[in-house]
Amino acid sequence: MTGGIPIEVSGLGKRFGQVAAVDDLSFTVRPGVVTGFLGPNGAGKTTTLRMLLGLVRADSGTATFGGTPYAKLERPLETVGAALDASFHPGRTGRDHLRVYATAAGLPRQRIDAVLEQVGMSEYAGRRVGGYSLGMRQRLSLATALLGDPGVLVLDEPINGLDPEGIRWIRGFLQQLAADGRTVLISSHLLSEVQQSVDEVVIIARGKLMRTGTLASLELDRAPRTIVDSPDRPALAAALGAAGLAYAEGRNGFIVDEPEPGRVGHAAFVGGVELSELHRMKSELEDAFLALVGEGEG
Amino acid sequence: MRVLASEFLKVTTTRMWWLLAIIMFAYLAFIAGGLAALFGFTIANPDAAAATGASAPSLGDMPLAPLVYSFATSMGYVFAVIIGVLAVTGEFRHRTLTATFLATPQRTTVLGAKLLAQLPIGAGFGVIAFLASVGAGAAMLAVFGLDTMLDQSDTWAMIGRGILAMALWAAIGAALGSVVPNQVAAIVIVLAFTQFVEPLLRLATSFSDATAAIGKFLPGSASDSLVGASFYALATPGGAGEMLVWWQGGLVLLGIAVVLAVIGGATSWRRDVS
Repeated sequence: MTGGIPIEVSGLGKRFGQVAAVDDLSFTVRPGVVTGFLGPNGAGKTTTLRMLLGLVRADSGTATFGGTPYAKLERPLETVGAALDASFHPGRTGRDHLRVYATAAGLPRQRIDAVLEQVGMSEYAGRRVGGYSLGMRQRLSLATALLGDPGVLVLDEPINGLDPEGIRWIRGFLQQLAADGRTVLISSHLLSEVQQSVDEVVIIARGKLMRTGTLASLELDRAPRTIVDSPDRPALAAALGAAGLAYAEGRNGFIVDEPEPGRVGHAAFVGGVELSELHRMKSELEDAFLALVGEGEG
Repeated sequence: MRVLASEFLKVTTTRMWWLLAIIMFAYLAFIAGGLAALFGFTIANPDAAAATGASAPSLGDMPLAPLVYSFATSMGYVFAVIIGVLAVTGEFRHRTLTATFLATPQRTTVLGAKLLAQLPIGAGFGVIAFLASVGAGAAMLAVFGLDTMLDQSDTWAMIGRGILAMALWAAIGAALGSVVPNQVAAIVIVLAFTQFVEPLLRLATSFSDATAAIGKFLPGSASDSLVGASFYALATPGGAGEMLVWWQGGLVLLGIAVVLAVIGGATSWRRDVS
């Protein structure tokens, strides 16, 4: 391994016709942690990653690995491992696919068996990729990224298509890669998908940076709220109003701007209202994420 | 060198090359064997042939054996072109350019390596093509007691030049693929040009000396000059009169490959890979 180096994106921009797919985007990804690159579909994540890897030409700005653009890297596969769209020639076996790229990068043949073992694909390596499931393709794609034992990993939607066992496996795997001191950047359109794997987040929407920081800092964005419901909603509304609690009526009851469910329960008790539901609102993080990217209820 | 080895491996790790090689072998063995038998029969039995209404075809002073053997290139070259086309368009079609350019970000190096890697593959196709045309052709000539000319060094020199021509054709295919990355479109262009457009152009240009001077630079014509024998020389009124010297023919093929690769390298090969 060459050691983790930071990914530095600065003022990156790309237009497709009239649409600014990526607009003046700047962020840094540091070694030793797993960073989630998040945003809804069409936010510009894949375009950004492809500019970072020299596959798409940037209209403006720079994207480097410790100051060096991908195309100028001395030994690219040994510096950066990337898994983008899990595309393979269907007629080639998994092992031959790895052989082709190990040969191009001048990597020793033992690396092929090593990465197959690492992603749990040794047993299927002799089969043609055309017969692989989506999960197997994802694993082979990851194996390709790991071929050069790189210090930086860039993975586009690596969890997509994995079964529950695969998802559990990749979470531990990514954490281990980061613990080794590598720089790990994974993209996803679902925060909940990577919530348990990432330490830091870079959130974009409509090509623009919305937020960077730790996962914990994102959580603090929004005070937790309480969900409460009653068979007699007007009475509950009156009780909440009497206690001075702000609320909004949702499909599953009232969403109250109050982090402590006990206080909401007390207000109902004082008003003599029967409750059918009382709990702290879950997935605050996903809410905060959706609010940031402009898809939530605000 | 690593990139060249990788590009060579890309062809040999898929099934297409030997599928095409088998089809080519069967096709050429059938054509060369069949025509050797037909010519052999009419030459060996002029009376019987005349009785059935067929006349011995005029070969001029051209010996029959090299003509039959040269089907390997004059009919087989399209297979070499297609294997070359597939080597490049397959990367677009299966979206493997991403992995290729990640391993080797220097795109011009990759395209150069692709062209060079097609040379041994095209030469291999050449060997298989001559195995078919010489194998079936010589067997039929021997059946009718005609000279197989396999004891003459000229015949073997022609076969050697034919293998070189096949190598160059495969490189042309790869270069064409970089200009027309759509696999279906590229193959349609190859088939339309080699099977229809060029034969017509060769026929059309052969009617006057002025146009014949241009016609000899057509790729198929240049290829026949390089090899030194082709049944096209029989089929055209001017005969073998207007032909390039063999090495000029080789240079024309090389030039076509280089020009196409430069065009492709500056257009589709430079585009964003998404």
